Amino acid sequence: MTARERIAGSVANYVDERTGAAAWMKKNLNKVFPDHWSFLLGEIALYSFVILLLSGTFLTFWFDPSQREVIYDGGYQPLSGLKMSAAYASTLHISFEVRGGLLMRQIHHWAALIFMAAIVVHLMRVYFTGAFRKPREFNWIIGVGLLTLGIVEGFLGYSLPDDLLSGTGIRIAEAIIQALPLVGSYLAFFAFGGAFPGEAFIPRIYTVHVLLLPGAFLALITVHLMLVWYQKHTQYPGPGRTEKNVVGYPLLPVYMAKAGGFFFIVFGVTAFLGAVASINPIWLYGPYTPGQISAGSQPDWYMGWLDGLVRMSPPIETHALGHTISWNILIPGLIVPGILFTGMALYPFIESWMTGDKREHHLLDRPRNAPNRTALGVMSLTFMLVALINGGNDIIATTFHLTINQIMWFSRVAIFVLPPLAFVITKRLCLSLQRADRDLVLHGRETGRLVMMPHGEFVEVHEPISPEKAWLLTQHEQQPALALEESDSRGVRRPGALKNKLRARLSRAHAVAVPKVTAEELKAIEHH
Amino acid sequence: MSNEIETIKDPGLPAHVHRRADTDPKAAKKAERQVAILFLLSALGTVTLIGSYIFIPSDLFIFFPILGNTNAQQLFLGLGMAASLFFIGMGAIHWAKTLMPDEEVIIQRHEFRSPDEDREAFVATAKAGAAAAGLGRRSLIKRSLGLSLGLAGLSPLILLRDLGPLPKDELSKTSWKAGTRLITDPGDRPIRAEDLEVGAVAQTLPELPAGKERVLSDIGKDAVLLIRLRPQDFNLDAERLSWTHEGIIAFSKICSHMGCAVALYEQQTKHLLCPCHQSTFDVTRAAKVIFGPAARPLPQLAITVDSEGYLVAKQPFTEPVGPSFWERSS
Repeated sequence: MTARERIAGSVANYVDERTGAAAWMKKNLNKVFPDHWSFLLGEIALYSFVILLLSGTFLTFWFDPSQREVIYDGGYQPLSGLKMSAAYASTLHISFEVRGGLLMRQIHHWAALIFMAAIVVHLMRVYFTGAFRKPREFNWIIGVGLLTLGIVEGFLGYSLPDDLLSGTGIRIAEAIIQALPLVGSYLAFFAFGGAFPGEAFIPRIYTVHVLLLPGAFLALITVHLMLVWYQKHTQYPGPGRTEKNVVGYPLLPVYMAKAGGFFFIVFGVTAFLGAVASINPIWLYGPYTPGQISAGSQPDWYMGWLDGLVRMSPPIETHALGHTISWNILIPGLIVPGILFTGMALYPFIESWMTGDKREHHLLDRPRNAPNRTALGVMSLTFMLVALINGGNDIIATTFHLTINQIMWFSRVAIFVLPPLAFVITKRLCLSLQRADRDLVLHGRETGRLVMMPHGEFVEVHEPISPEKAWLLTQHEQQPALALEESDSRGVRRPGALKNKLRARLSRAHAVAVPKVTAEELKAIEHH
Repeated sequence: MSNEIETIKDPGLPAHVHRRADTDPKAAKKAERQVAILFLLSALGTVTLIGSYIFIPSDLFIFFPILGNTNAQQLFLGLGMAASLFFIGMGAIHWAKTLMPDEEVIIQRHEFRSPDEDREAFVATAKAGAAAAGLGRRSLIKRSLGLSLGLAGLSPLILLRDLGPLPKDELSKTSWKAGTRLITDPGDRPIRAEDLEVGAVAQTLPELPAGKERVLSDIGKDAVLLIRLRPQDFNLDAERLSWTHEGIIAFSKICSHMGCAVALYEQQTKHLLCPCHQSTFDVTRAAKVIFGPAARPLPQLAITVDSEGYLVAKQPFTEPVGPSFWERSS
C-alpha cells in the first residue's frame, strides 16, 4: 500500500463509519449514462445556471439596488452630470471602472440567454422523443416550472440596471398587473409602493432576483436531477437497447470526465462571448424616465413572443358599469400564455388519456413514429415563431423595408392559419418518413449502380441494409387505437358518451401509422 | 399473444471496435501528449488573464476588425478566461475519449412500483397512524385545525399590506390644473405659442409650485406632447378645437395602451406612434387610434395662454391618463 492509498483509505473509513456512504457510492459510481449529443442540452442549461450564480455573485459586490437619485460623475463622459438612479450609476461603474466588470456583466447576460435557449431546446428534445411519458411526468412538470421561472428571472435581471430600455419593460409589466380586473390597481400600487415607477421597485425585484428565485431554482433543479438519477436516463432505441436495460458509459471515470469537461467548455464559450460580443450596452440607452423612450424597444428573445402577442392584439376594451376590462392586454398577456403553459404542463397526462397507455417507457420514440405528437409540437412552435416574429415587427420593417402594418396583419392572420397548416404538413411528413423506412427495410438501400438487364432494361441495384439498421427501423411498437364503444352490448348509450367519442377520435388520430415491416414480410420478399 | 405480429429480431449490441490507443502504445502516448498540451493551453489562458488585469490600462481602446473600438483590458481578460476554461474542458474530454475505456456497459432497470407486500404494509401503517391520532373520529379537532391553519396562512397577506398605499384616485389624477404653465423638458422654460413652428413637437411637463420636487412618478402621469399644425389641418369637433391654441394641440405622452412614452411623431402623416406596441394615433382627429392594440385615444389636454402669453392648461385632464385599470369608468 502506498502512502497515498493509506491516506485515502483512512479518510474513506472516517466518512463511512459516520455515514455508511460506501454502500451507496459503490452502487452509484457504477451508474450508467447513455451517450447522445441531445442529452447534453439539459447539461448546458445546468452549467449556465452555475455560471449565472458565479457571475451574478460577482456583480452584486458593486451593484447598488437603489432608485435613490444621484448625479453621475463617473468615467463615461456622455452621461456626465445627468440625474440617474444609483442602480444605473452603479451598473455604469461596473461597466467602466471595475476591472473585468463589463466582462462579467456580459458573461452574466450571455449565460442567461444560453440558459433559456438550452431549456427550450432541451424541452423540445424531451417532447419530441416522448421522454415525458410515465414515469417521468413529474420531471416534465418541474421542467415547465423551471422554464416559467426562467422567463421571470431573466426579465427581472435585465430590469435591474434601470436603464431606459429596461424601465420601459417594467412599465409594460406594470400595465399588465394594472389591467387585472378587480385587484389590478391595488396589486400595482403594492408592487411599486405607490404610483409607477416609485422608488421601491428596483430594491424589491433585486431581492426576488438574487434570493427568492435562485433559491427556487436550486430546489427545483435538485429534485429534477435526483429524479433523473433515480429513474435512470432514457435511451434512444437501437440494437441491444431495451425498455429493461440502460446501455452507456459508467459514471466513473468516463461520464464524470466528459460531463465535468463539458462544464468548462460551456463556461469557456460563454466567457468568449462575453469577451467579444457586446450585449445590452446600457450606457447607450441612458437612465430611465417615464417620459422618454428609444425607437426599436425590444425585450430579450424569450419574452419576444409575449410582446409579439400583445402587439398583434386587436384594440378591444370593455367599458361597462363604471369599470374597464382591457382584453387587449389580458388575452395576449395572461390568458393565452396561461393556456399554453398549462396545456404544456399537462400534456403527458393528456397523451396518456388519449392513447390509454399507462405503461412505463424508457426507450425514446423517433419523432416520425409519433406523428400526432410531433405535429402538435411543430404546431405549437409555429405559433410561438409567428408571435416572436411579430415581437420584432419594427426591426423587421426597417430591415426589409416593409411597413409595420403589413407585418402586423400578416401575423394576425398567420397566428391562426400557419399552426394548423404546420400540423397537417408535419403529420404527413412523419408518415412519409415511416413509408421511406418501410421501403428501406423491404427493398434495401439504393446503391446508385445501374445495371443493364439482358433484355435491355436498366435497373438500380439495391443492397440490403444491416440487421442493426433494420432493427432500428422496426423496433417501435404500433399501438392500435382505443376501442371505445359508444353504447354497451345491449345498445344503451354509455354515460359520458360525448367524452368517449372525443377520446376515441383523438386516439384514432394518434394511432395513424404506416404499418412497419414484419418478419414474415421480410421473409416473403427474401424468397423472391 | 397469438395475434401479435412477429417483429424483426434484435441483433443485439454490436461488437466493440478497439481504438488505436487501446492497442498501440505509441498512439496512446500521443493521445497523452495531446491532452497535456490542451491543459497547458489552459494555463496559458490564465496567465493571459492575470497579465491583462495587471498590465493593460483600463482605459485603453484598440481597434479590431469586426469588433470595432474595444476596451483592450476587458477583451484580453475575457479571452484569457475563455481559454483557461475551454481548454480544461477540451483536455478532459479528449482524455475520456482516447484513453478511458470506451466499452459500453449494460445495467438493468427495475420497476419503480414497490412489491405488493410493501404497499400493503405501508397502507396498514398509514391507516394505523391516522387511527391512533383519531383523525377520522375527532372531527372537532380536524375542523378547528383546518380553521387555524387557514387563518395562519392569511397572516403573510396581512403583513404585506404595507408594501404600498391604496391607489385611491391616484391613477386618475395628474399635476395639471387650470392655469398650470407648460414648461419644456428638458430645460424647464415656459413656452409661448410663437416658440413652436408649424410641424414642431415639444415634450413638456407642468410647472410645479415653488418648493415641490418633481419625482419620476409625476413624470409618468404628467408628460405632455405639444404639436403645432396649421389650424385648418384639424378635423375636430367644436369642443376639442377650443382645447387647441393657434394650431397647437396637447396630448398626454403616456400611451393609453401600456403606458410607454408615445414618442415617435411622423410629420408627413401627422401620426403619433408608440414604439412599444406600434399603436398609431392620428393627431388631426384628437389622437384617434388608427392602428395597433391601443383601444383609446391619447387624452387631450385643453390649453390656452395666460396674461403673459405663455401656454397654460385650461383645465385638468378630463380623463385618467395612461393604461386602463378596473376602476376606470370610460
